[in-house]
Amino acid sequence: MKISRRLFLGGTAAALTAPWVNRSFAADDITIASIYDLSGGLEIYGQPFDACLDLAVSELNEAGGLLGRQIKVQKYDPQSNIQLYTQFATEAATSLQAATVFGGITSASREAIRPILGRYQTLYFYSPLYEGGVCDRNTFLTGSTPSQTIGQLMPFAVKNFGKKVYVLAADYNYGQISAKWVRDFTAQAGGEVIAAEFFPLDVTDFSAAIQKIQREKPDVIYTLLVGGNHMSFFRQWAAAGMAGQIPIVSTSFGGGNEHIVLTPAESDGVMAAFGYFQEIKSPANEAFVKRYHQKFGDKAPYVTEHASATYNAVHHWANGVRKANSLDRMAVIEAIESGSTVDGPGGSSTIDPKTHHCATDVHIGRVKDHSFEILESFANQPPADTAAVCDLVANPNDNQQYVIQ
Amino acid sequence: MDYLLVVLLQIAGAVGNLALVSVGLAVIFGMMRVINLAHGEFIMLGGFAAIFSVQAGINIWLAMLVIAPLSVAVLGVLVERLVMRRLYGRMVDTMLASWGLSLLLIGLATTFFGNRVVGVAAPVGSFRIGEYSLGAYDFVLAGIALVVFAAGYAILRFTRVGLVARATMQNREMASSLGIEPSRVYAVTFAIGSALSGLAGGLLAPISGVLPTMGVAYVAKAFITVITGGASVITGTALSSTLLGSINTVSTFITTPVLGDVALLLAATIFLRLLPTGITGRIFKGAP
Repeated sequence: MKISRRLFLGGTAAALTAPWVNRSFAADDITIASIYDLSGGLEIYGQPFDACLDLAVSELNEAGGLLGRQIKVQKYDPQSNIQLYTQFATEAATSLQAATVFGGITSASREAIRPILGRYQTLYFYSPLYEGGVCDRNTFLTGSTPSQTIGQLMPFAVKNFGKKVYVLAADYNYGQISAKWVRDFTAQAGGEVIAAEFFPLDVTDFSAAIQKIQREKPDVIYTLLVGGNHMSFFRQWAAAGMAGQIPIVSTSFGGGNEHIVLTPAESDGVMAAFGYFQEIKSPANEAFVKRYHQKFGDKAPYVTEHASATYNAVHHWANGVRKANSLDRMAVIEAIESGSTVDGPGGSSTIDPKTHHCATDVHIGRVKDHSFEILESFANQPPADTAAVCDLVANPNDNQQYVIQ
Repeated sequence: MDYLLVVLLQIAGAVGNLALVSVGLAVIFGMMRVINLAHGEFIMLGGFAAIFSVQAGINIWLAMLVIAPLSVAVLGVLVERLVMRRLYGRMVDTMLASWGLSLLLIGLATTFFGNRVVGVAAPVGSFRIGEYSLGAYDFVLAGIALVVFAAGYAILRFTRVGLVARATMQNREMASSLGIEPSRVYAVTFAIGSALSGLAGGLLAPISGVLPTMGVAYVAKAFITVITGGASVITGTALSSTLLGSINTVSTFITTPVLGDVALLLAATIFLRLLPTGITGRIFKGAP
């Protein structure tokens, strides 16, 4: 058969439009995308995110979906590799035309994909706790920020243990910025940070730090350590006979399952502040944990704050879609800004329209025998750190991450 | 005053640690001129062997001192048989092959053991110096390192086996013409080097925990230590561990862990500029 130019052009046009036509006809399902590290070094963080996203979506689907349509999740696994984050975010926004993207674990990965999703006008939800300050109308952040957790934990620590604080932190933007917040909130609580040490993520030898701490004799140790290698600090601290000698408080301990991996002798007594603990005793949480274990079995990963905030994020998006009665990005953003509250497992989570962060309940827990005992709870803490610098109602075009000086 | 003593003890601990981590690589590199880039993964597998044994209810000392080295030695025999034997005398090829092996082992460990840290508690307690409390385990490590090095020195220097090993290392053809089978010597050497890497992994498990990717952090330090030490396997590694371990610990105490590592690397660079054949290329020449 001879292929004429006309036939060729016509065929090509048909072939090119076919997927598009296909998609719009078969578009009963709403497609959303998730980008969480399900393998590689951050796997231990990523698995609970993924499980709670699945749980929230399946609950929405069982209740009839959104706008009468079922929700389908396209999952991307960036394998703890930032380059794959940018590639997958582009794919989700362009070829997949996802209604919204849930993704990013580290702050580095968030800053890699946030501009891409902004450029392609794809709504973005970031759910881990982080160092605060992101001000972007296209992005909603459902995790806790320093003023919510450190802002409660520091007065608690100074009141109960003393004024001299020694900080041990991971050496990247999360640890550096959070350490500045610790300094700030310690001063506000009437205490003083006497030393801050930073450790790259591959450090496993903390013996020098342990001796320095003993020389400085702080009243409290504040850890912002991250990842598997840094767990060595708690092992070596216990091996040096120091466990229980100086109280340790943290806003990262537990987020990477530290309290499960370490033995009770190494981890008992460490206190942490988060927007969520799996052990919270409330009817809502007990029902949530039961549903979670029914779906994923008894060996399912511990539900971290990151994971429960992911569950909340999906429901905030669903609130927006229902209220807007549309999937249109701007309509959904405006609907969420006009007020969205999710009665999540850790208490209510309310969107703050000025910052796109959440007012959330905060709890202080103490490790005992691989689980947390809740010591104190603080209802409805506002994201005051970001609110001090960011106002998206007044400046809807603001788009940056403010950093504490 | 107490603090000074504490710093000195920490230096001893760090030196022992560095010496243990390096000795397996030193034996294989020094005796066979094979650069085993999978050294870090041998350490990692030793750690897993120890931890799984402890979890199975075996005594922790038995797990660390016997099971970890034995299981990695078995792996070493396999690797020597299947890969290294074909590549002797081709240093770059052994590097490439062992690098590939390293990636393979990390992948397998991640798949089968999971990408998460597992650990055990240190088997000994702590002691006090004045107002300072120290973990006793670091000094157990330093003691074991001392025993390993003393035994290694004695075997190489005073026994017939050591003589055969040194002869093969110095002049393979001559040794062969005198009735020694170099391929057997190499096989045994590789197994012993692997066993020492496994021992280091087992002993490190209570301090650092075990993770499939942990080897990467150790192989560079071990490599630098061995190169700085020079031609003599035991003496050289002992001297360079002492030197680099002290510099690293002192600068970590004075500044930060990052600058401590910088100081170690800087010192190694300067030493190699001044003594290109390593410490034992100039002093203690000919010691085993």
